[in-house]
Amino acid sequence: MKIPYYPGCTLNTVAKPFDESAKASAITLGFELEELSEWNCCGAGFPLTNDNIMGLAAPTKVLANARAAGETVTTLCSVCYNVLKRTNKALNDDKERKATINEFMELEYDGSLNIVHYLEILRDTVGFDKVKEAVKRPLTGIKVGAYYGCMLLRPGGEVGIDNAEAPTIIEDLLSALGCEPVDFPDKIECCGAHLAMGKTDVVERLSGKIMTSAIESGAEVIVTSCPLCQYNLDKSQEKIKSSDAGFKTVPVVYFTQLLGLALGQSEDETSLKDNQWDIRPLLAERGV
Amino acid sequence: MKITLSKDKIESEGIALIERISGEDLKQCYQCGNCSGGCPVSLEMEITPSQMIRQLQLGNIEGVEEANTMWLCLGCQQCYSRCPKSVSAAKILEALRQLHLRKGEDHAEIAEMDMPLLKRGPQQAMVSAFRKFVS
Repeated sequence: MKIPYYPGCTLNTVAKPFDESAKASAITLGFELEELSEWNCCGAGFPLTNDNIMGLAAPTKVLANARAAGETVTTLCSVCYNVLKRTNKALNDDKERKATINEFMELEYDGSLNIVHYLEILRDTVGFDKVKEAVKRPLTGIKVGAYYGCMLLRPGGEVGIDNAEAPTIIEDLLSALGCEPVDFPDKIECCGAHLAMGKTDVVERLSGKIMTSAIESGAEVIVTSCPLCQYNLDKSQEKIKSSDAGFKTVPVVYFTQLLGLALGQSEDETSLKDNQWDIRPLLAERGV
Repeated sequence: MKITLSKDKIESEGIALIERISGEDLKQCYQCGNCSGGCPVSLEMEITPSQMIRQLQLGNIEGVEEANTMWLCLGCQQCYSRCPKSVSAAKILEALRQLHLRKGEDHAEIAEMDMPLLKRGPQQAMVSAFRKFVS
């Protein structure tokens, strides 16, 4: 089964480990991510003001290209998922807006694309029970905090991957991989997002609070589905450590890296060495 | 802080414009403060999201303009998710930013942005920041 796949701007570059581990895992689980032959950046943020039609131009073009490839498109990045899903709804909620943007972009997109996150394919198409059956290297005893952030979840009524206040989709996957999911209070808080551009002090405080919340709840590893969350949490730790001697660093990896590892991919194939805070010593210590 | 209430200010064109661009009815807010309580970045703000809405309800656009609030909003939608009246402080703050950007008043200079980040950081951070800060 081939599923049209929209990688988005970051998955082909700095978040390559996310892309590669997801593609390889898909093959093991019986489906294939087929990258769209033509795609552009989604805009990396849904335009919040109703009259900002220009902000919908880039994501609408992505939707139109994806619809030409099939009825469904999948994506890995939380932000792409959020933007595409909300844009689709914004077009379907307002026929005039849809007609205006189609005319301006010289497109004929009808709003009928189904946008699903990779996690939804694992849960709803493959099934977490089947994922569990495919596990070759159970990550037994590894305590993992599922960090959702904002874009995968909110607004709940529009994104709808899971309960926006108390999601469990990533924990359910982690359980299937043999991990011990750790619930923590700040798992749906924002990491500081685009403030990475110029306001790194704020990002360090926000990301630091999230990591402390996870670590104090027992997490030894944090997983995410957003390249910007991964970057902000990863990069903040050096600075936090230098100002807070009590801060214990924590590996921050994509959920697909753990998935790939559990499905039998090697540590090289899952690019674990590329993460700033190495998870490999922990895996070796636990003998998994 | 002393505030002089004036019908002209409360019903000013500026307030109507903010309501039109954001699509939000400022009067819906009854100041429960859930947005500010949920906002991950409210501690960094000179006025919190609920204070921002209150100032606009009173017609004090200048007071809101002077604060760093609109430039710190992450758009994470926690305010909207937790609002019992479905008011989106994030949309109102986006409208305030847009009022600057649509006049060509940028909040950031691309040339002054951190070079290591531009070279090695995630593209989505740049695209997102440019959309929020640059016209």
